[in-house]
Amino acid sequence: MIPRTVVSSADPIHGVATMLSHPFIQHAFVAGTTIALLSGLVGYFVVLRGQVFAGDALSHVAYTGALAALAAGVDLRFGLFAATVLVGLALGFIGGRRAADDVVIGTTFAWVLGLGVFFLALYTTHSSTGNGSANVTVLFGSIFGISASAATIATVIAAGLIGVLLVIARPLMFSSIDPTVAAARGVPVRSIGPLFLAIVGATAAEASQAIGALLLFGLLAAPAAAAQQLTNNPWRALPLSGMLAIVAVWSGLCLGYAAPKLPASFAIMTVATAEYAIAALVTTAKSRSRAAPSHDHDMAPSRDHEGFPLSSDEIPSPNG
Amino acid sequence: MNARFSWNIADDVRQMLAFHFMVNALRAGTIVAVVAGAIGYFMVLRRQSFAGHTLAVIGFPGAAGAIWLGINAGFGYFGFCIAGALVIAALSRNGRANTGLGGDAQESAVIGTVQAFALACGFLFVSLYKGFLSGLNSLLFGSIVGVTDTQLVTLLIAGLGCLVALAAFGRRLLFASVDPDVAQARGIPVRLVNGAFLVLLGIAAAGTSQVTGSLLVFALLVAPAATAVRLTARPAAGLVLSVVLALAVTWVGEGIAFFSPYPIGFWVTTLAFGSFLLAAGYRAAVDRAGRRGASRAERVTVSTAGSPA
Repeated sequence: MIPRTVVSSADPIHGVATMLSHPFIQHAFVAGTTIALLSGLVGYFVVLRGQVFAGDALSHVAYTGALAALAAGVDLRFGLFAATVLVGLALGFIGGRRAADDVVIGTTFAWVLGLGVFFLALYTTHSSTGNGSANVTVLFGSIFGISASAATIATVIAAGLIGVLLVIARPLMFSSIDPTVAAARGVPVRSIGPLFLAIVGATAAEASQAIGALLLFGLLAAPAAAAQQLTNNPWRALPLSGMLAIVAVWSGLCLGYAAPKLPASFAIMTVATAEYAIAALVTTAKSRSRAAPSHDHDMAPSRDHEGFPLSSDEIPSPNG
Repeated sequence: MNARFSWNIADDVRQMLAFHFMVNALRAGTIVAVVAGAIGYFMVLRRQSFAGHTLAVIGFPGAAGAIWLGINAGFGYFGFCIAGALVIAALSRNGRANTGLGGDAQESAVIGTVQAFALACGFLFVSLYKGFLSGLNSLLFGSIVGVTDTQLVTLLIAGLGCLVALAAFGRRLLFASVDPDVAQARGIPVRLVNGAFLVLLGIAAAGTSQVTGSLLVFALLVAPAATAVRLTARPAAGLVLSVVLALAVTWVGEGIAFFSPYPIGFWVTTLAFGSFLLAAGYRAAVDRAGRRGASRAERVTVSTAGSPA
């Protein structure tokens, strides 16, 4: 399948050079870098706007869309993008009010996945080439299996989406942090929401080609959550989130290359999770060392006061 | 499947029961449906459905790892789910586990990260165990052919334990779920009850995963209970209804899956989702009728009050 020669040479520069000489690694790095940057930037806004759940929803839709396309015999990416962008737009127009009941949402998504399984059965029983590997690719991605043309297309689309996101970044940030004031200042809050969710949908379609429909949510959430731990300044957190996502993908690719038994998507997800864990530890250590000298201070009432931290409803949410 | 469906239901059932795997699937389905219906009802009352989903997802690497190491998958499910439940109970503040939804975005991002990492670990174990990629589907989306006799015994013991525990502290659990503050004041150890319930939820999630697969637990754990809550407000009736619905969804789903080329995950989720939609529609219609009735009554009162007596 994939030509892979493991080099355990003592010279790291030589090893990296050998690694980068493989075309499939080059494609993986080119596509992986842009997809990671896109996921990190979009993921930051997703977390900031409290739309984590929409991201999760779109990852389920990505699976069903891809398998529906396979069952219908068209290009997988067509189904991915059509399903995720349309559902993203729909969520944006319906969900002006904050998401419904968790029960309603959860049951609906379980059904959407069930529908995906139906398309999978349709695909495997009715096509002669059908086997389990297409399904695994959709679920967990195969960034080392990405072809030259697929890598080019993915990169171009990701670059375009990053461009759109940067153009709308300022009004989007404003309307995410304070929608009422933004609306009063003439920011088109109503149309920017659906546009953003359409971008999230396209991002889900992109990322599922790299790390799969089941894991892409982690690539959206983990770097963004880590960046939020490290800084409160949104304009610093945004590029930081993008950078952390790129670091996760690069180190995941290197790990996956060095240890062929490790699937690349597992390695990427592990690095992303580790980034969040380290960021959370650093923040906890910092706040503890800051809190330690000021014992008789009333500044931090939430943490140690009768063991009751601020409940989530007391935290002002960006969606108000 | 070689079996052909006919409209003679008795004959169909006889055909199904001729296969040992199908008998096992129905037995497992029955145990799981009773436990999931009962525990799920409390879970919906307590708004912890996302904890249930997270626990089920954590079960996936457990099962995949157990198969890789050559242990029965059931132990992997139960081991990881119960351990996950204990961790969530230890982390949950205030005696209430977070739902992962509607709370603050940072928290749901963390839960999403944990879920994605658990799925990634499961994928690692699956790919380390060569030749098992076809089994991936049954772990994630359920299968009716996978239940072994040992697994059935494990399920039975776990399920019975769950129900006995639920019967023992169900009343206090209900009290603590409906009004935690008053329950605390009346001396119910709310934090302990929460922890114990999470462990039961872990067991239920582990069992349900073995029928519906890790990703589709909502179909049995949440949908029947949510349907029951929309049909009746009385706890006892709701609990029974939830169990009955879970049983119906499981049996019918397994039956259709046996006679059709499409997998159980699709049928069970579709049936569960369909019944939930019907109940939600019924509830909306009743509410609207009630509101109209109320406004009419109000108008009558106003007009009689306005008329000179």
